[in-house]
Amino acid sequence: MTEGFVEFTAEMKKEYKILVPNMLPMHFRLIMRVLKNYGYDMELLESEGKHLAEKGLRYVHNDTCYPAILVIGQFLDAIESGKYDPHKVALILFQTGGGCRASNYVSLLRKALSKAGYGYVPVIAFSFGEIEKHSGWKITIPIYLEIFHALLYADLLMNLRNQCEVYEASKGASALVCEKWVAKLTSGDNHLRMPTKKESARTYREIIDDFAKIELNRGQRLKVGIVGEIFVKYSPLGNNNLADFLVKNGAEPVIPGFVDFILYCIYNVVLDKKLYGFKSLVYTVYEIIYNVVLKKQKAMIEAIKEEGTFDAPTPFDVTLTLAKGIISFGAKMGEGWLLTSEMVELYHSNAKNIVCTQPFGCLPNHICGKGMMKPLKEKYPDINIVAIDYDAGATAVNQENRIRLMLSNARLALESEAEAESESEAKKESASGEAEKASV
Amino acid sequence: MTAQKRELLLGIDVGSTTAKIVLLEDEKIIYSKYERHFSRVREKCAELLSGIRDIIGNDSVRVAISGSAGMGLAQCADIPFAQEVFVVGEVIRKNEPDTSVVIEPGGEDAKIIFFDGAPDERMNGSCAGGTGAFIDQMATLLCMTNDEMDAASLEHKKLYPIASRCGVFAKTDIQPLLNQGASKSDVAASIYQAVVNQTIGGLAQGRKIRGKVMFLGGPLYYCRGLRERFTETLGLTPENAICPEYAIYAVALGTALYAGKIGKSTGLSELIFSIENAKSYSESKDILPALFESEDEYAEFSARHAKADVAKADISDYCGKAFLGIDCGSTTTKLVLLSEGNEIIYSYYASNMGNPVEVVRGELEKIYSLCGEKIKICGSAVTGYGEELIKNAFGCDVGIVETIAHYTAAKYFCPEVDFILDIGGQDIKCFKIKNGAIDSIMLNEACSSGCGSFLETFAKSMGYQIAEFASKGIYGKHPVNLGSRCTVFMNSSVKQAQKDGAGVEDISAGLSVSVVKNAIYKVIRAASADELGQNIVVQGGTFYNDAVLRAFERELGKNVIRPAIAGLMGAYGAALYAKRFDASSIISPEALSQFSHTSKSATCKGCTNNCHLTVNTFSDGRRFISGNRCEKGLGLEKSDVEIPNLYEFKRNSLLKMQGGEGTRGTIGLPLALGMYELLPLWYGIFSELGFKVVVPEMSTRRTYEKGQLSIPSDTVCYPAKLMHGHIARLLEEKCDAIFYPCLSYNIDEKASDNHYNCPVVAYYSELLEGNIEELRDTVFLYPYLNVNSRKELAKGISDYLSKKLCKVSLKEAKKAVDKGFALYDSYMASVRAEGERALSFAKENGKRVMILAGRPYHIDSEICHGIDDLAKSLGFVVVSEDSVCHLAEPPKVRVLNQWTYHARLYRAAMVASQNENIELVQLVSFGCGVDAITTDEVRAILEEHGKLYTQIKIDEITNLGAVKIRLRSLIGALDEKAEKSEEKEAQKS
Repeated sequence: MTEGFVEFTAEMKKEYKILVPNMLPMHFRLIMRVLKNYGYDMELLESEGKHLAEKGLRYVHNDTCYPAILVIGQFLDAIESGKYDPHKVALILFQTGGGCRASNYVSLLRKALSKAGYGYVPVIAFSFGEIEKHSGWKITIPIYLEIFHALLYADLLMNLRNQCEVYEASKGASALVCEKWVAKLTSGDNHLRMPTKKESARTYREIIDDFAKIELNRGQRLKVGIVGEIFVKYSPLGNNNLADFLVKNGAEPVIPGFVDFILYCIYNVVLDKKLYGFKSLVYTVYEIIYNVVLKKQKAMIEAIKEEGTFDAPTPFDVTLTLAKGIISFGAKMGEGWLLTSEMVELYHSNAKNIVCTQPFGCLPNHICGKGMMKPLKEKYPDINIVAIDYDAGATAVNQENRIRLMLSNARLALESEAEAESESEAKKESASGEAEKASV
Repeated sequence: MTAQKRELLLGIDVGSTTAKIVLLEDEKIIYSKYERHFSRVREKCAELLSGIRDIIGNDSVRVAISGSAGMGLAQCADIPFAQEVFVVGEVIRKNEPDTSVVIEPGGEDAKIIFFDGAPDERMNGSCAGGTGAFIDQMATLLCMTNDEMDAASLEHKKLYPIASRCGVFAKTDIQPLLNQGASKSDVAASIYQAVVNQTIGGLAQGRKIRGKVMFLGGPLYYCRGLRERFTETLGLTPENAICPEYAIYAVALGTALYAGKIGKSTGLSELIFSIENAKSYSESKDILPALFESEDEYAEFSARHAKADVAKADISDYCGKAFLGIDCGSTTTKLVLLSEGNEIIYSYYASNMGNPVEVVRGELEKIYSLCGEKIKICGSAVTGYGEELIKNAFGCDVGIVETIAHYTAAKYFCPEVDFILDIGGQDIKCFKIKNGAIDSIMLNEACSSGCGSFLETFAKSMGYQIAEFASKGIYGKHPVNLGSRCTVFMNSSVKQAQKDGAGVEDISAGLSVSVVKNAIYKVIRAASADELGQNIVVQGGTFYNDAVLRAFERELGKNVIRPAIAGLMGAYGAALYAKRFDASSIISPEALSQFSHTSKSATCKGCTNNCHLTVNTFSDGRRFISGNRCEKGLGLEKSDVEIPNLYEFKRNSLLKMQGGEGTRGTIGLPLALGMYELLPLWYGIFSELGFKVVVPEMSTRRTYEKGQLSIPSDTVCYPAKLMHGHIARLLEEKCDAIFYPCLSYNIDEKASDNHYNCPVVAYYSELLEGNIEELRDTVFLYPYLNVNSRKELAKGISDYLSKKLCKVSLKEAKKAVDKGFALYDSYMASVRAEGERALSFAKENGKRVMILAGRPYHIDSEICHGIDDLAKSLGFVVVSEDSVCHLAEPPKVRVLNQWTYHARLYRAAMVASQNENIELVQLVSFGCGVDAITTDEVRAILEEHGKLYTQIKIDEITNLGAVKIRLRSLIGALDEKAEKSEEKEAQKS
């Protein structure tokens, strides 16, 4: 246990508010709802603006990754806002562990807190394997499973919304459906308790049906995948509203789900056993959990397929086979091999245009992101990837210009594809003897 | 007849520094224009467009806009936008279909387009210099116009390695070259070469540039020297290196063509109107409060600072002794002549014009003529970058390190001073003073510019002199918030602000705030103003800028002292220091009138460092050689060969680990990254298995160049980049296989929470496999192994080798692993024993010890650039972190202590903390993300124990001038501390 650790006690649980950083707003709202059932009072921070990063830069080494700077800045901004009693709040950070420097976010947050005079504020590291013990923070395996379930709902909502938004006939229709479902899933007592298989299947179907009712003008689809370091990949705060930018420019964002990342984290533990011969009962437990979550993800995917309107995401056990021959499973720090796999996954799901996001100077992404572009391009010559660095000093102008370049090329490819298609259509038609009529 | 139906297409390209328009009629260019816009984007565009009024009259045109500054304009004026790289690609595909590659460095972007094979269009990432703005900046540094610099470059005789990543790095290389007298044409050509290397390394990233290459964009069109460097580097024949007439208009041309597809049809007047009246689209501009609320406030401020002045006297009225101080800084030279009563009787402050020797000569001449017979110079001291050169050239009595000079001056000014901040041309220096001695020193790192020359360059790029620019900042009503980061980032922030319509006043004020924030939060790393102290003295030329001074006081929330001679403080301190002399050895007026100076460059052959030397010859035949790391290049023998240097010891031990019978073939081990730690293990294993182990050499600059072309991520650390060269070298050796394993976990030394490798060390092989095509022609072995269990390691080796190379039984592997560990253990034991020997040697001989703390691979002579030799020549016994860390228990740290190498740093810091005569200097590779975490911790451990913390950031940079100043500052501070405590002892007794 590192220095500066303040326990979140059982007493605190009764009267403290736990502040949550703004990474995946919709997902986190659902997680918070699950935890509310177990007596945790949580609040999602929704502040935005340049001042958050600036606040972070004051308390964190400037060469630290951007997500740490942002999140720590957001926390300190909240504590100093006067909205909360600093003696009645706790902070929570999602921590994956591993050899990436991201494992140090919690320590960096504690250092920043004590530097700013809030050393007494407890910080909870939310991770799968418990890194630290807090008597007031007890997440059992059943609670985790409920959380995973909630995340699957959120993944589904995110996925369908992305498939609709750019094509919707009346602006904002899909956002409304999303809001409606988040409200429905989080209101009332005891919501998001472990559903039965039947119940969850019904909810999936209802959600999908609601989206299917949205009127869309879907012509040719320009799909753009987003992969990258987990924070800047998902967080609009971190990636300057990347998904919105794409939608505004007529592209359909395709963002692999958060549950894939969770499965990746679980599966890596299983892999450690295979690669390094580690032995412990823990590995067996992880293997079991992996299989349970995977099965649940597949049920969600099945529901989309069954309904038929939308493209179904790729199940994790398929995703994990995709990077074979490009990068090994051993590369597991940060987003590791998953990042490479997801690029291949996107390619195969017709999102050949990809924005690979990373904080400036991200160590694992040197290898798994930028380092894999050459082999990917060799294998898939028409893949169109642009790497974008996010940083407190990087400006939206430069990022947008590079994304626009990627989009221009994507459109060109789409045009020539369409031409080729219409040519072959024409050929088909002439073969069936229709062409003569048409040419007159 | 007015009813025309001619098709007119108009392309407007507004880049970061220039605006271009092209008008097409029936796809033929009928008008084109190229001009700098000095950030007055809308006005310049409107002006350019008026130029075509005569040609098109009232006819309507189809128009589109492109370029980085055009993006916002297009949006506000509601004109279609075309992405610049994309349209250039279209133009070339149409006009020159046999082109293979387009290279186009722009104002602040660099682009490359590949047409052969899979087409690919690339732009530089966010950390990349090597652009037009970079060249402008360098020309400013050379005091040349762009044309002069180009012409000079064609005369070059030799090329110096210059870091090409960004302007700041390059400056650190160039400045000392200039100060040491390297010829401007050589430097100019070297700058172009740096741009070439950056473009190839950062953009081509391993993709070969061959076939017909098209050079486009302003910089390549205007700089013949740059084209020459590209052509030569890429080995292009003249018919394959094309720079067409339309090179500077290529984007505008493409945009015009594109306008044919998507353009908006409009009349000219309507178009000009919509551009002139384009509203800023960003509603939520980030604005700071004005620096001064009112004229009165400014008057009060000026009056307060006017009080901090020193006594001056007229030199013509004075007779008696005088003392001279010279501060030969990176961009400016300062002189102060003091009377015996400490009045300034002469001072000088100006740019050194890239030739400080000449400037000082001229000033001395002036001083001598003013002094005549009545004033005698009795002491002279020199400080700053050019200290040694000036001292040698003119026979000054003493050279003192800058920190001491500045402290001497500040103390004279404000005896109770406890914090000094000096922002100079390209340095930021901060000292904390405790108990009358320098307690800690902070200097800006290579990546945090925000200094004087930074403001100056911006001022120039917007068409102002720095003084005028600064005074504009004072009146900025709504300073823009530009954040606090390095120049390259700042460039884009300014670009964005201009796009949003900010005026020069607000940008100037905003930049001043940025400079201050950069100093406080990035260099000093203070969370609040109170950390700085009560009596703060600010100095350095940059603080003449009232906007900067005001921003600093605002940010701190308290008033500070700015001496009226802020820019002269170094020279003033040196002059004060010179007062300890009674007679001076300085050059006589007669000798001065005969004085002349020439310089030429050479390469030292004394050892593998291959230092680039500059040999200065003075008229009396004396020579002064600079650029060397040790004494060898000076024509002297190394003086104290006996002084232990663990870096050398480790290098020698490791290089012995190769060879073997080779009954099973040869295996190559690249000596880079983690191999520096585990070579004994792998050598032991493979030689025992019957392989001949090949470890060709330690890195040199050539190694880097050899592998440069296959580096995919330009922001990865230099040690990783060198790996590419080592692989290239091993491929030449034609080994049967090359081995570099993937190790998530390193050896568990039981001194940390976990024992990971960093992601780069752990998985670099994955990247090598994907990016070095030639590796596929050999067997590249990169198994994932567990080095913490002999059994698992043997199993891993046996399985993997049997599958990939040849059958290796488990039994054989077990035996080999045992042998490997025996070797590794005995190697580590010998390192520790040598470390202990070095410490006792130091004790016996009264020497100071420097723990040069980094990673195992920092001993590589190319990575550490001979800093170990330099430290040794400064009198330190040099030990590595792993040779002494066993002497202390792991301290408590506030972060997750989870990497093997880094855990050693914390223990080494404890060793330094527990021993009076041991200092720790941390080597940090640029781009090392993990060190963003360790540096603060190492500093905390040392400072908690009252020790000084020194950090040296290293990259491709080869010039050691700045490092030397750091180390000498450390020595200066240590000496002073020792003096103080001696004084105290004396007082007690």
